[in-house]
Amino acid sequence: MLHALVLLPFAIAAAVALLPNTARNATAWLAGLTALAGCALLGVAAPAVFAGDVLRASVPWFAGVAFGFRMDGLAFTFALIVCAIGALVVLYARYYLAAEDPPARFFAYLLAFMGAMLGVVLADNLVLLAVFWELTSITSFLLIGFWRYRADARAGARMALAVTGGGGLCLVAGVLLVGHIVGSYDLDRVLAAGPAIRAHSLYAPALVLVLLGAFTKSAQWPFHFWLPNAMAAPTPVSAYLHSATMVKCGVFLLARLWPALGGSDLWFYVVGGTGLVTLAFGAYVAIFQQDLKGLLAYSTISHLGLITLLFGLDTPLAVVAGVFHVLNHAAFKASLFMAAGIVDHETGSRDMRQLNGLWSAMPITATLAMVASGAMAGVPLVNGFLSKEMFFTEALAVDAHRAVEIVVPVVAMVAAAFGVAYSVRFVHDVFFNGQPVGLSRTPHEPPRWMRIPVEVLVVVCLAVGIFPAVTVGPLLAVAAASALHGPLPEYSLALWHGVNLPLAMSVIATVAGTGFYFLLQKALDLHTVPRLPLDGKRVFDAIMAGAQALAERVVRMLPHGSLPRSMAWIVAVAIAAAAWPIAETGFGGASVAQTPGGPDAGVGLIGWIIWSLGIAAALAATLRYRQRLTALVFVGAAGLMVSLAFVLLAAPDLALTQLLVEVVTVVLMMLVLHFLPQTAPPELQGWRKICDAGIALAAGVGIALIVQAVLARPADPISPYYLEHALPAGGGTNVVNVVIVDFRGFDTLGEIAVLGIAALIVHALLAGFRVPASFRPDTPVPGWNPLLVKVVARTLLPLAAMVAVYLLLRGHNLPGGGFIAGLVLASAMILIRVAGGSALPPATRFVHPVAIGAGVLVAGVTGLGSAALGYPFLTSAFGHPVLPVVGEVPLASAALFDLGVFLTVVGATMLTLLSPGVLAAAPAAVARTEGA
Amino acid sequence: MTAWLIASGIGVLTATGTWLLLRARTFDVPLGLTLLSYAVNLFIVAMGRVGPGVPAIVRAGVPPSLAHYADPLPQALALTAIVISFAMTALLLALALKARFVNDSDLCDAPVDDASPAQDVDPAPGRVGSFAR
Repeated sequence: MLHALVLLPFAIAAAVALLPNTARNATAWLAGLTALAGCALLGVAAPAVFAGDVLRASVPWFAGVAFGFRMDGLAFTFALIVCAIGALVVLYARYYLAAEDPPARFFAYLLAFMGAMLGVVLADNLVLLAVFWELTSITSFLLIGFWRYRADARAGARMALAVTGGGGLCLVAGVLLVGHIVGSYDLDRVLAAGPAIRAHSLYAPALVLVLLGAFTKSAQWPFHFWLPNAMAAPTPVSAYLHSATMVKCGVFLLARLWPALGGSDLWFYVVGGTGLVTLAFGAYVAIFQQDLKGLLAYSTISHLGLITLLFGLDTPLAVVAGVFHVLNHAAFKASLFMAAGIVDHETGSRDMRQLNGLWSAMPITATLAMVASGAMAGVPLVNGFLSKEMFFTEALAVDAHRAVEIVVPVVAMVAAAFGVAYSVRFVHDVFFNGQPVGLSRTPHEPPRWMRIPVEVLVVVCLAVGIFPAVTVGPLLAVAAASALHGPLPEYSLALWHGVNLPLAMSVIATVAGTGFYFLLQKALDLHTVPRLPLDGKRVFDAIMAGAQALAERVVRMLPHGSLPRSMAWIVAVAIAAAAWPIAETGFGGASVAQTPGGPDAGVGLIGWIIWSLGIAAALAATLRYRQRLTALVFVGAAGLMVSLAFVLLAAPDLALTQLLVEVVTVVLMMLVLHFLPQTAPPELQGWRKICDAGIALAAGVGIALIVQAVLARPADPISPYYLEHALPAGGGTNVVNVVIVDFRGFDTLGEIAVLGIAALIVHALLAGFRVPASFRPDTPVPGWNPLLVKVVARTLLPLAAMVAVYLLLRGHNLPGGGFIAGLVLASAMILIRVAGGSALPPATRFVHPVAIGAGVLVAGVTGLGSAALGYPFLTSAFGHPVLPVVGEVPLASAALFDLGVFLTVVGATMLTLLSPGVLAAAPAAVARTEGA
Repeated sequence: MTAWLIASGIGVLTATGTWLLLRARTFDVPLGLTLLSYAVNLFIVAMGRVGPGVPAIVRAGVPPSLAHYADPLPQALALTAIVISFAMTALLLALALKARFVNDSDLCDAPVDDASPAQDVDPAPGRVGSFAR
């Protein structure tokens, strides 16, 4: 069920993405029903969770890490916020999005985010949590940049991704450290290992890294600046991601890992200090915003700071208050964002210098916004008041250095006063304070359904604020209990606690805040206050520009633009890296324990001949490199000797492959050489030749020494397993082929994909490319297509095709297989091409890419077939059916896989070879081919 | 002696391949890469040791062990490596081809001082393909 809860949004997201953008209602219904289905699943889980159970569901994933979820009270509470507010946001967004906004894309992103967020809160191990954490960053990036034509949306999205994604990387590092300390990533074990973690020497770096992840995500100072810039997102996104859920990831992590990482001085000062600074800073800056959403963004920063501070205070009661405020903030801030979105939607502006006196135009929205603002300011009868009172109580109860005990409550009260000030401004400046200035639309109430989500949330705020024990009591109890991972402290949820110090602080803050706002308004007219000079965005931009400049400077220091010099560096570094360990330890004792048969078996005079010819060819190719055709012939000769060497090394499959690849490589090189200078000019810098020769010599001698050293040692390979299991498990006697198509089939699948991609790149580079006129011959070159070659080629093709099929079929048991068969067929086809010029119909140009794709598909589907039958991916099945005439055919599903390899190899080779061939055809011939 | 033959063969292929790889003109690079890939593929196979010199094709009656067959695993790795190196060579050749026409030169080396862009006269004293400039 937990898997369904997390994976359902992803599945529906994929479905929604496929819907046409005209299906506005269908996409919204799907998204809304998904969120409601999540709520329903949570309802099913609720009895167990409220009984104090922890639900678990887990399937093995990789390397001991499970793809598993666990739901305790805390996870349940966050999941409930995600699903419930998700449903309201979907309803709201249905009316918010303009006709030209693509709803399919929007709701697909939103659902993907919902799934990622549920994954974060439900993950049962830290690795999975980090994975979903990054997914929330990515979906947030996509949603902020939803209006991709707007520069501020793109910049805001990029900045959010850089900050939260970078923090996510820190989190991954921190998680790895925690996992190293505990010996497991499993959340249950991590939470139980708190004392061991705090005592470990790596505690401080692990904590700091995890906190970097949490602080960036929850927009804590000094990483807060991405959040105001993320306000370029559509308002439903701001309400959902950037106030109610995603930014709560960080504080969720603090709550989640508090039993494991909390309870130290470091935690107290870093988390508490960051929270305190963020709380005061965000509240102060919020007062001076002109943008409605900017005000709410800084207010969110401030409230996140408050929650962080509560977790930093490091007492059980503070954790209860922190969890409570998460719930309250989600409700009132989401409703405020939605109200701001309604104002924006119905007036066309978010600027508080234009928005004034909207009370008369939209009284209902104004009332709703005022109640929610009351919760934001923390006035009685609304939910924000209760958690604020708990916060004041905890701030007063701080037990630390004397100065800290004074600073925390004072700053808390001052920040609360600022909070009242910006809340009053939000209400007064938008709904009263004169008349609207230069609005493009006449303001009016929004569509009925657009207001429903706001109304629901405001009712929640009031219900919690007036009857806390009945409404939110049980939920808070299970959430706090599982956050504490221990017994719940004594606390009372009630509106009235009598006259006490926290109440006095509330009264002072409210009066002072209201007074401060009207004083500011009178003294310096808030509408004229310019942007703050110290803007996080500017710092961020400066850092990015600096990084760019630094990178450019480093690049200028490197040998850029010169392939040979870059290569020389790479080779030199490789030589040094290989020489270093050898220089330190030497080659070791060359205790020659001969493998059976001895290294001297099987190589006699023939070996010497092959060796001499191969070396002579390689040296000749090097010495005559300026005569390119000659050098090419010598390289081909060296390749032939290499394939003969494979024969001697008892590798018939390799010999065949090398031989065929040699043929197609030489043909291809000759085709290309057709367009390149036939000779290279003499090199002017003689010292470079000598320098290069030194590098090359070092490389050659080094490799030779390494090979010599390796061959002098006994081997203890894993290969016997393959030899033993090839026939019983793979159904083939040719072990090399069985390894390729069965044991290591996944590698092969990747390799044919690479082969296909390379061929398609070649095609893309050269297709449609016209040789510049300056390189064209004045008169078309008469084709050199001798009849003899033509006849031979045509006769050869069917024979070659037959041989290819034979090689393909027998490959599982004797030398052959998809690679070799494919190369045989391609060689014969290319001979036709060489002999006949552009005799092939143009349709073949489309056949080859299709063959590549079909091959990869066949191979992949064969693998999936085994997965569908419950075996691991690419497990092979086999039998030996007897066909009429042909006789017994060894038929393994691996043969089907090999067919895929065959198709890809044929397609890729042909596409590669034909691409320059199209250039080679004279212009007239090209025209004829295309016209046919 | 066999070990020495293999080692020196791989060494020579590596050295010649590397030297060609360091030339300043495009065509020599795939040429060098081809020689280098011979060396690498031989190297991979050699890592399986020389063995008894019998292909790894299981026959009835012969126990499936390394005492009786060549090591199949490096061979399987080298086989796909051969094909992939062909693909990479092809890619380089396509780049070389296009670079020649786009840059009007087959140089892949930048001038030392960075002051001026590549100044190179196409070395076409004789026949350049079948096309004269």
